[in-house]
Amino acid sequence: MSSPKLTWPGRIEDGRRILRYVDALSEAAALEMARDEKVFLFGLDVDDHKSIQGSTRGLLEKFGKDRVFTTPLSEDAMTGIAIGAAMAGMRPIHVHIRMDFLMLCMNQIVNIASKARYMYGGQVKVPMVVRSIIGKSWGQGAQHSQALHSLFMHLPGMKVAAPSNAHDAKGCTIAAIRDDNPVLMMEHRLLYPTEAFVAEGAYVVPPGRSRVCRFGRDVTIVGVSNMVVEALRAAELLAEAGVSAEVIDPIWLAPLDSETIVESARRTRKVLIADNGWLNCGASAEIAARLAEALAGEGPIQIRRVGFAPTPCPPSPELENAFYPNPGTIAAAAYALAKPDAPAWTPDPARTKLAYQMQFKGPF
Amino acid sequence: MADSGVAGTMMAVDSRPPGPMPPAKPPKAKSSNVGSAKADPARLYRAVRRIRRVEEEVARIYPTDKIKSPVHLSIGQEGVAVGVCDPLEPRDAVSGTYRGHATYLAKGGDLKAMIAELFGKDTGCARGKGGSMHLVDMKANVLGCSAVVGTTVPVAAGFALAQKRLGTGAVVACFLGDGASEEGCFPETLNFAALHKLPVIFVCENNGFAIHEPLAKRWATDKLCERVRTYGIPATRFADSDTLKIRAHVAKALPKMRAGGGPIFLECLTWRWREHVGPGEDYDAGFRSKAELAKWQKKDPVLLLGRKLDKKARAAIDAEIEAEIAEAIAFAEASPWPATRELFTDVFA
Repeated sequence: MSSPKLTWPGRIEDGRRILRYVDALSEAAALEMARDEKVFLFGLDVDDHKSIQGSTRGLLEKFGKDRVFTTPLSEDAMTGIAIGAAMAGMRPIHVHIRMDFLMLCMNQIVNIASKARYMYGGQVKVPMVVRSIIGKSWGQGAQHSQALHSLFMHLPGMKVAAPSNAHDAKGCTIAAIRDDNPVLMMEHRLLYPTEAFVAEGAYVVPPGRSRVCRFGRDVTIVGVSNMVVEALRAAELLAEAGVSAEVIDPIWLAPLDSETIVESARRTRKVLIADNGWLNCGASAEIAARLAEALAGEGPIQIRRVGFAPTPCPPSPELENAFYPNPGTIAAAAYALAKPDAPAWTPDPARTKLAYQMQFKGPF
Repeated sequence: MADSGVAGTMMAVDSRPPGPMPPAKPPKAKSSNVGSAKADPARLYRAVRRIRRVEEEVARIYPTDKIKSPVHLSIGQEGVAVGVCDPLEPRDAVSGTYRGHATYLAKGGDLKAMIAELFGKDTGCARGKGGSMHLVDMKANVLGCSAVVGTTVPVAAGFALAQKRLGTGAVVACFLGDGASEEGCFPETLNFAALHKLPVIFVCENNGFAIHEPLAKRWATDKLCERVRTYGIPATRFADSDTLKIRAHVAKALPKMRAGGGPIFLECLTWRWREHVGPGEDYDAGFRSKAELAKWQKKDPVLLLGRKLDKKARAAIDAEIEAEIAEAIAFAEASPWPATRELFTDVFA
């Protein structure tokens, strides 16, 4: 019997393979499912012809209906099913096409998954992965676009990954599957078509290690999820305006490696946190608090945050554009931090469209 | 690629119709003398009497403040747990509620570790991090209990899904209260368990009250079994919760369930003799009457099963139970507190 291939060909550039984020996700699952029979993947629509926007593509054919199956629209119970299976030694991957739907899973995640290890005195472990996608493309509105990572960062016992590129999407997914704890994966729909160099074999991007994506002197920009990409674009624009920005991607929000961020801030003394979410009690608030605690007594430090407007997300483009940070607003905020005495500066709006919104072609 | 033949077959494209999981592997041989052995009145009496006496002792000690966790006593309801658990084998699992002492003990949960857990000691089954509402003993396949009503129902079904996938032939007895049947995850789980033919014995201990609220204020109809049957799950109501009848029903259902027959449901009407939480009674609160208690006390499983034994046999069992309980309490008292640093262990695996 010939085995279906586990990896995607991608395309080769300079002798290395380039793969899309979406394919990196399914490739990670395929490699781990081949390695460990205890891994299975389920969730509404994982086995249909659209395969969760392509992110579960090929898994049904490779592993069959016992290990790749759809569910009733019962997110609450299905989360409990994943927990129970995990307690019995399986490694479930529960997939949600929208992060908004996780609100139906909260009782199981908060009251059982995140604390079972502790409240049952170490007698059980819950090695489950919850994959969720921020649905933002355009016009998704209030309930199809939310980024709710901070709710999960709040919970002891949970790990949270927010990969911003294809390399990390694969490495975080494999790390999450191998982890003995519940892991929430926050993916981003707009990142799905983005490409990066991705090694063919299995590798992990382990929890608790931030990455400096671009070195700079004047200001530190921390991006979360797709805001890493927008921050990198902002850094290009800032360079043209004479500001050298360092860009950091935490990759894992829990456990959060704030040390790398602190080290950068120690040099630049100016930090902008660009979150792909609301500011209030959000990831940006946590990062800012850690900076303030770590750098207390070391002289002045300035921290600013940008994120979603403090409103639900509207679908009308005129409103939606004002709702999200973009390379222009990120660059303007970073510029004001770096050059407090200079006149305010905003890059040319024609060059500040959300980098990967430009790739997205409707209708949905 | 995986190197075992089993994995190889799993790789193949599956052309079977969608829906249920594949049939389980043939059940393994019996691994102990428990299980299908016939109903033994002495063993059943011992089990219900032991649970009763443990909880009476818990109630006795409770006012001393040695017990550091709120207790929800199952006094009066022991016959349901024992009737269901007696025919189970060690490989089978149970999933209990926050009123879970009876379930835990009936399935073979460690008594010393239970009392120590109530005392908040390091030797407790959850090392002082669970308390009475989160009893657990994975060695005895007692899944952790939960204080949020209904939450364990899908978890039990997930454990059963794994048994099916792993081909252990084990079943999971999932205990829930009448209140849990009102939570959304209950019908969600019934549907999934029936669809995938999971080996789950759903056992509703219907004691008529959610805390203090009677069924009449919560249920549009009392046709719980009818509701469950619409999912294609065989459902049986036990109006008196006779231990022997429940036991016989479960024992008869087990072989078919082990062979992939899917879930069953039992609604066991029963009566919580004591208050919702705490060691006392609540018949002066006005929401239920002592006359009803008297009616249920005539159906007391300890009384009824005890009558099947002669006085001497009963006395011998009682003495053994008292000695075991005294030993467990002494063990809990003598056990150390967890070290403060234990606060931070087992947050992650």
